[in-house]
Amino acid sequence: MARTPVLSGDVLTPDDAATATVRHARWQDYFQLMKPRVMSLVVFTALTGLLAARTPIHPLLGAVAVFCIAVGAGASGALNMWYDADIDAKMRRTRGRPVPAGLVKGEEAATLGVVLSLLSVMLMGMAINWLAAGLLAFTIVFYAVVYTMWLKRWTAQNIVIGGLAGALPPAIGWAAATGHAPLNAWLMVLIIFLWTPPHFWALSLYISTDYAKAGVPMLPVVKGAKETRRQILLYSLVLIPVCIAPVFTGLGGGLYLAVSGLGGLVFLTLAWRVFASTAGDAADPRPADRDLYEVKDEAPAAKGKPVGGAKDARNLFAFSILYLFALFAALLAEAVLGLKVLELPL
Amino acid sequence: MTPRKDLDPAAKARGGRNIALGLGLAAFVILVFVVTVVKLGGNVGPHF
Repeated sequence: MARTPVLSGDVLTPDDAATATVRHARWQDYFQLMKPRVMSLVVFTALTGLLAARTPIHPLLGAVAVFCIAVGAGASGALNMWYDADIDAKMRRTRGRPVPAGLVKGEEAATLGVVLSLLSVMLMGMAINWLAAGLLAFTIVFYAVVYTMWLKRWTAQNIVIGGLAGALPPAIGWAAATGHAPLNAWLMVLIIFLWTPPHFWALSLYISTDYAKAGVPMLPVVKGAKETRRQILLYSLVLIPVCIAPVFTGLGGGLYLAVSGLGGLVFLTLAWRVFASTAGDAADPRPADRDLYEVKDEAPAAKGKPVGGAKDARNLFAFSILYLFALFAALLAEAVLGLKVLELPL
Repeated sequence: MTPRKDLDPAAKARGGRNIALGLGLAAFVILVFVVTVVKLGGNVGPHF
């Protein structure tokens, strides 16, 4: 039976009452507004920034700093879910979110976002320092206003510029630990910033029909799959040297060099495969209920045209997550274990 | 007759939300208190 959305105010019209399968909003639905999966990545990169600074900080204050960054990220997620409810309702990846599913009112999501934004920035400022608080406030505003309300619906470069919001947590972590944000903090930001386009474009190659349906001008929708594949390769060629750069600036050590170098080779190989493939030329042949993170591909023919390229796009998408995780895990491990950093001559 | 609250799904859900909000607020107050103690500790400690 189709479920009739029921808002958390628990107000039912007589028709609703007769036909709805009612599920009242639980606290978990409000937690989902904060995009916990994104929050976990933000926590990880922020913690890496905090520890890679290699400056002693009281453990409790360090934990509070990471907590503030996580709550700030959750707040911007809630604001995004409020503003983008119309788009989310049209895409299979997002239509189950609490606002389009009718579990939480948009105004409640917005209120949650604003309140958590204020609390996280104020706590960061009072407990840690105001540079970290300022960077956190900038990140929230950039994601919720510049990306969500402006870039996302306006330009195919939305995730390129908007990616800055997701890239900033390591710099906030570093600023929280030291009170300043030097070159190495911004190098970590640059890595995530340049990683974002090939990561998201690989995904958008196989769900571009969803984006088109929702009217979001993602690159494959606006410029086509071929141009997207070319841009993925170009960004990957710039990304990998930047990922290796920390061993020249005194940020990464031998472990990091091995991970960034070997992983970079795999990344470039996968990016080349996407470039040489037909990924995005045809609609994703998988059933609509398949998990987007499922990378296996039966690659059946669609309208007589091979669509095996979708597998290449999914492989790059999946590996890009692993690569970023491995890079930051290597930096984190080196910082925690006190391993020596390299400062190779250029 | 008023339906029993523990059998009403709406009241159950609302109760869960209220408890979560209450715990969140209490945790925030405790967090601010502990942070204040830690920050004061660094500044006040040397005077004793």
